Amino acid sequence: MAEERGSLTEHLASFPAGAPVQGATFLGETPVLVRDDGTLSLGEPAAPRAVTAHPEGTILSSRIAGAALLTGGDDGLVVATDAAGATRLVHDGKGKWIDALAARPDGTVAFASGRAVTTIDGKGAVRTTSVPTTARGLAFAPKGYRLAIAHYNGASLWFPNAAAPPELYEWKGSHLSATFSPDGRFLVTAMQESALHGWRLVDRANMRMSGYPTKVRSMSWSADGDWLATSGADSCVLWPFRDKDGPMKKTPLECAVRKAKISCVAFHPVSPLLAVGYEDGWVLLSRPSDQAELLVRRPDDDRSAITALAWDAKGDRMLLGTASGEAGLLTLPEG
Amino acid sequence: MAGTAIERKGEADAASKIPVTVLTGYLGAGKTTLLNRILSEPHGQRYAVIVNEFGEVGIDNELVVDADEEVFEMNNGCICCTVRGDLIRIIEGLMKRRGKFDAIIVETTGLADPAPVAQTFFVDEDVATKSRLDAVVTVADAKWLADRLKDAPEAKSQVAFADVIVLNKTDLVSADELAEVEGRIRAINPYATLHRTQRCQLPLDAVLGRNAFDLDRILELEPAFLETEDHDHHEHGDHGHHGHGHDDHGHHDHEHHDDAHHGHDHAGGDHKEHDHEAHGHLEAHGHGGARHFHDAEMHSLSVTIDGDVDAEKFLPWVQEYMQREGGSILRSKGILAFKDEPRRFVFQGVHMMLDGDLQRPWKDGEKRVSRMVFIGRHLKEDEIRTSFLACAA
Repeated sequence: MAEERGSLTEHLASFPAGAPVQGATFLGETPVLVRDDGTLSLGEPAAPRAVTAHPEGTILSSRIAGAALLTGGDDGLVVATDAAGATRLVHDGKGKWIDALAARPDGTVAFASGRAVTTIDGKGAVRTTSVPTTARGLAFAPKGYRLAIAHYNGASLWFPNAAAPPELYEWKGSHLSATFSPDGRFLVTAMQESALHGWRLVDRANMRMSGYPTKVRSMSWSADGDWLATSGADSCVLWPFRDKDGPMKKTPLECAVRKAKISCVAFHPVSPLLAVGYEDGWVLLSRPSDQAELLVRRPDDDRSAITALAWDAKGDRMLLGTASGEAGLLTLPEG
Repeated sequence: MAGTAIERKGEADAASKIPVTVLTGYLGAGKTTLLNRILSEPHGQRYAVIVNEFGEVGIDNELVVDADEEVFEMNNGCICCTVRGDLIRIIEGLMKRRGKFDAIIVETTGLADPAPVAQTFFVDEDVATKSRLDAVVTVADAKWLADRLKDAPEAKSQVAFADVIVLNKTDLVSADELAEVEGRIRAINPYATLHRTQRCQLPLDAVLGRNAFDLDRILELEPAFLETEDHDHHEHGDHGHHGHGHDDHGHHDHEHHDDAHHGHDHAGGDHKEHDHEAHGHLEAHGHGGARHFHDAEMHSLSVTIDGDVDAEKFLPWVQEYMQREGGSILRSKGILAFKDEPRRFVFQGVHMMLDGDLQRPWKDGEKRVSRMVFIGRHLKEDEIRTSFLACAA
């Protein structure tokens, strides 16, 4: 198995992240690691720069909001940091944990604290609403100013600029995170019950995607929107969303099978390639269509989980981070 | 190998798990007094404190998190499988501050049922791998508890659930009243360690670092007010974690593989008859002048087989029984001698959740007996006794 895989390991630059990593992204060309200690690491591995976004706290969630990275902390702050390392305070919740964030490319942000959900659009207009139990996951619809809020016993869909209260999509159980399909037809939540739940928005048809041994913590849509890749099992489970029925009555595709659970997934932004990170620190690059695999990372010492994977916009480079504070930057070879 | 808990993760790294102490107690009993005492002692420990958002009194601590006691039913076909959803979220968040605190204390509201808190540690894998439930500590008001036991079902559950009971405000009652309230506590829960206090004055190691939920530490199942000689300390064996006692996860269309099956595997053994004895609840042992009462609703039961049990019979029975009757069984524990198995099988349960494993070997000269204890509402004593005794090897 492993012997037959090609290898990209020589194209991976490993470096210490300085603290446990919980998120990774690129601000333009600049690699950014989000660290548990409330700081960000910006820049190339040779000369990273630490930015203290949350001096008194730890970061609970992060999202890209246009040209800035948004972070929410247990200090109650929502902070936007740009590629130059300049920070801007978006919201001060006076110590109330910021449990979830969402953002749009135009800089519109949403954050949740307890049952309260707030949006601030590009012009600075603030809207608030609340849901029946703690809001756990937020996601903006790809089109229109609409926010999905995952919570206990379902998800609520809210038009912040409309007077109407959020509309409840009910499904028993605890919904922890939310994502829209890129075409906006489906809403998918990851649940405490180690399953995904989906709604086809046009008719509220329910779809339950179950069978995971652990919670799904990482989900990623393919560039063409046809597939939703998920963590949580010892293979990467991909649900088909191309047809009008989505994954209903269909078997998912599986790839990147190993004897270790998948902790993180990230589709390439252009090609049908998928980066898969495992709980034992391995990273593979998989092509689900023919199950071809390339080895990206096989750690010698640090066997801690991959906690972050992110591609740059063009798909030339990929950044990864681990729970123990290691990081790596993969540069795909030409051709 | 036998185990009702299934997800083995190799060597248990119990030491690296953050201990969590749950403080419960009816309104006004003195929970906050105890909490502030814990926090103000010069123990060198750093605590993260999770308090109820409606808490009356301020908590003086660096790391205090407001919780809203969101009790969620798990959508897994098990109606009594409730968890504290907020606790899962908060513990996950706190773990990002790892190294900044040594232990977690959860203060619940006076009206809280302790079961969802305890079950959270069985149900959520992330919580279970990063933290461990150390003990449920119940603060009780010596003057008012007897009344509350009559009119407040929560007060009864809190006593039934406790590993440690702090009987507070003993200066406000007479010796007779104290004996009565202790008797009423023992009628419900004879297994908890009980401390009499004024203003919650007691050594902190009486409430912290108890390891009451550690299978390795379930040393004895004798009522706590009996003198026992079974004080052998634990040795390490392999340690399974946090299985469910139920596996009836409903399936819908298009799932791709089975849910992890929480079954169990175990060594076989021939069945043969053994003598047995059975303990009813509240037998007239005791010292310290505790009087004996009977609680019509909540009580305990201890059943002993004076020898081995047949694992092939016992494990299916206990899983099936807990799944059927677990709604009324708040806590269960057992130490069992499986036929042809040199090690002790130890298990504990909270309602339908069971966790069990083979622990240290039976010692030379140690009597191989199999005993279970239950605390619950309207326990079907004869049914439990008969069906357990039928598991004798």
